[in-house]
Amino acid sequence: MASLHTVNKSPFSINSLKSCLEHANDGDTILLIEDGIYGALKGSEISQIVADKIGSLSIIALEPDMKARGIDSSKILTGIITTNYDGFVELAAKHDVCQAWL
Amino acid sequence: MSEQVKKFLYVNRKAPYGTIYALESLEVVLIGAAFDQDVSLAFIDDGVFQLTKGQDTKEIGVKNFSPTYRALGDYEVTKLYVEKESLIERGLSTDDLQELTYEDEDDDWAEKPSIRIVSRKEMGELMGNQDVVLSF
Amino acid sequence: MKFGILISEGPYTHQAADSAYHFTKAALKTGHEIDRVFFYHDGVNVGTRLSIPPQDERNLQKDWSALAKKHEIDLVICIAAAQRRGLLDENEAKRQGKDANNIAEGFRISGLGQLIEMGIKSDRLMTFGD
Repeated sequence: MASLHTVNKSPFSINSLKSCLEHANDGDTILLIEDGIYGALKGSEISQIVADKIGSLSIIALEPDMKARGIDSSKILTGIITTNYDGFVELAAKHDVCQAWL
Repeated sequence: MSEQVKKFLYVNRKAPYGTIYALESLEVVLIGAAFDQDVSLAFIDDGVFQLTKGQDTKEIGVKNFSPTYRALGDYEVTKLYVEKESLIERGLSTDDLQELTYEDEDDDWAEKPSIRIVSRKEMGELMGNQDVVLSF
Repeated sequence: MKFGILISEGPYTHQAADSAYHFTKAALKTGHEIDRVFFYHDGVNVGTRLSIPPQDERNLQKDWSALAKKHEIDLVICIAAAQRRGLLDENEAKRQGKDANNIAEGFRISGLGQLIEMGIKSDRLMTFGD
């Protein structure tokens, strides 16, 4: 069984991403949406924590939310891929259960 | 009512009173109990503050719903998983939590604790073994 | 695949109802079913027909009503959450002795059991909140 976790908060103000990273099981996917996409930034104080999990977890950022916030792929950590809403739906269908980190 | 039994996990990550999520989560749990599903509750991060004893809301004018957790056993909601690390990070121990129990019908109605303290790793595994996860 | 959607934040203050809308549209476009959308907490406020956002902005209530009509989606507003926040349909307004109702087309008010039922019947339950 694998879970899709969604994180929608900035890691710089709320601990959702950190908590999600600590609870997700190997093989799970974390999708960063809304303000959650700030967790994908490279060179931030939490980048290393996120980067260390890439590989055992898939970490994906939602492109429409990145674009809205002026963030393109060059600004995010290597190993984090991006997707659109169709991809979001596909991820949800592909995983056994979806858990939102509100 | 459906004959299908799914594993439902209610994840509580927020403290009571500052926002309504804890109360409205409890309302879902109480209604959900009538559906005979396999229900577990998880308390992590600030969610552990929901279960502390000694809550007195008189002076803020908000309803104190902490006694309701003690009624969960009567609704056959008997699995309340509380994360050890979340307690420790907040300077809490199990002594700070209400004593919650249920009567086990498979064991001559013996009174048993509903709260199960688990590690973060165990909590992650529990989360990964559900059919429906509702987050509040 | 059958999706159930839970929206637990109000419109405009939070992005949740927008994200849920885009997800729902994408799911329908890619051949999935949306069984029901359940509005809880401040999410119930999406269903008031009395909101008037500026004309150059999206109108979430109308967007949801239109999508529901086109694809026969059941839009359910939680009654307990709705009553706390002043959302009433015609029957409930009458029953409570209120002088107005404000539920938009395509939305209906019902109990929390509908949320649990959605969890049981759908293949995946998606939560959008804050």
